[in-house]
Amino acid sequence: MKSYRFDATVLTLGFAFLYIPIIILIVYSFNASRLVTVWGGFSLHWYQTMWSNQGLMDAAWVTARVGLLSASIGTILGTMAALALVRFGRFPGRMLFSGMIYAPLVMPEVITGLSMLLLFVAIGIDRGFWTVTVAHTTFTMCYVAIVVQSRLLTFDRSLEEAALDLGCPPVQTFFKITLPLIFPAVIAGWMLAFTLSLDDLVIASFTTGPGATTLPIKIYSQVRLGVTPEINAICTILIGLVTIGVIISSITTKRTELRRQQDEHMALRGPV
Amino acid sequence: MAAVDEQVAPNSRSTSRWLVVFLPYLWLLLFFVAPFFIILKISFSDTAIALPPYVPVFEGIGAIGDFLSQLDFENYVFLTDDPLYVQAYLSSLRIAAFSTLFLLLIGYPMALAMARAPTSIRPTLVMMVILPFWTSFLIRVYAWIGILKPDGLLTLLLHAVGLMGPEDQVQIFRTDTAVFIGMVYSYLPFMVLPLYAALEKMDNTLLEAANDLGCPPWKAFWKITFPLSLPGVIAGSMICFIPITGEFVIPDLLGGADTLMIGKTLWTEFFGNRDWPLASAVAVILLVLLVVPIMIFQNQQKKVA
Repeated sequence: MKSYRFDATVLTLGFAFLYIPIIILIVYSFNASRLVTVWGGFSLHWYQTMWSNQGLMDAAWVTARVGLLSASIGTILGTMAALALVRFGRFPGRMLFSGMIYAPLVMPEVITGLSMLLLFVAIGIDRGFWTVTVAHTTFTMCYVAIVVQSRLLTFDRSLEEAALDLGCPPVQTFFKITLPLIFPAVIAGWMLAFTLSLDDLVIASFTTGPGATTLPIKIYSQVRLGVTPEINAICTILIGLVTIGVIISSITTKRTELRRQQDEHMALRGPV
Repeated sequence: MAAVDEQVAPNSRSTSRWLVVFLPYLWLLLFFVAPFFIILKISFSDTAIALPPYVPVFEGIGAIGDFLSQLDFENYVFLTDDPLYVQAYLSSLRIAAFSTLFLLLIGYPMALAMARAPTSIRPTLVMMVILPFWTSFLIRVYAWIGILKPDGLLTLLLHAVGLMGPEDQVQIFRTDTAVFIGMVYSYLPFMVLPLYAALEKMDNTLLEAANDLGCPPWKAFWKITFPLSLPGVIAGSMICFIPITGEFVIPDLLGGADTLMIGKTLWTEFFGNRDWPLASAVAVILLVLLVVPIMIFQNQQKKVA
């Protein structure tokens, strides 16, 4: 019982540490006063000023486009990479391949950002929307590969093998059998890729160009000037969006899992 | 089974297989590996007032002889001669090492408590650790500014409970302490999750056996739990240590003028002084320093996979 109380205390303190700053940030976005330390009553004023801030809205639009595009390409490439890692056994250059998947996860962002920028300059591409998208695709695909890989590793291959044995072509087997089974992981990977892209300041700062200012770059330049409730407002909206996304995806995952279990149960019972 | 699909569609099978490996492979070679050679090349060139602001060392593959003759280590000599840069590297490694230690000290009990929690609530606990990680890094660091500022919420709280006189203010913002708080806060999920993954897999019968044989709990922890969780400790430590060494946002927003970190130095050289070759040299040396931790991390990941 003593260890139970210890565990409960540790978790309470740990989660308080993780959540209190975020909660404070959200609460103060509704503060009527401009000062962080003075509570001037509830107000949506900062959401209005944020909404009419054209620069901020443009940046939000750029960020959304970069995020959607890079997360989608990154998910396709990352899923392929995961399949290659888990299913293809040995192929020439496998060591390098897995190294290239794991290294971007821990590589300091300043190095990744600078090196990509130098590549874009070396091959003479104008920096802007596309360079940021390519840069984001490159590091998000590795996260997707890891998420999908872990699903593929704990995956019952008998259905796949049955389809192949019955003469289903491999590509069709993938789309009809494998993909539906790993779909929750693919979706989770996409969401992770999207939020990572949404979140990135350093790599975007290096690889962006005129007209492609993303939201984190905009927020960063305002934060450097000081704390304003307007930033709290936009942060609150971002947190809200992400939370809703995470909740929806976890509910969908649970549902699919439940349905899968039911299906398995039915299959085991055999024809009625 | 293999024979069957070879018969059915030998061509489509090999083509699709080939594409599945080739596309991500090519993408990463082009956008992740190739840039490192370019960064290496540019770190050997001179600064120029032009766009791009460096004098190219060589053009074309045929000019390797040229390249070797013109190669100059000027940027590297400059970096190793200037104590400020050397200090920035050392201070980055020190801050990363201590942050990782603090993360372990805070993350381990959390992960252990999660692994010992009833199975039914574990997914919720994992979700609660992941959720802050999904909210923007920048936002989470920003949240701490409002708390740690001299006229911020921590001062207000300490005034309210009377732990501090009304004239005093908390002097944490823009110090190394604030940087440590920011690092631990931002990287905690990265530490807790690998630790939890290692601890959750553990066979509880081992602890029960130790208990039955009269081993006190703390001894059982050091003899059984901790050694078995070492893969998680290594993975979590590397996942935190490596990026923290090159961290820019946290020292920039929470640290003071005297907080030396190499990520900040690189950023200033690049955006402030527009010295691309020097920034490249800074990055190359940082990468060399991190090669060993990155190798440890890679090996650990391969064992897991």
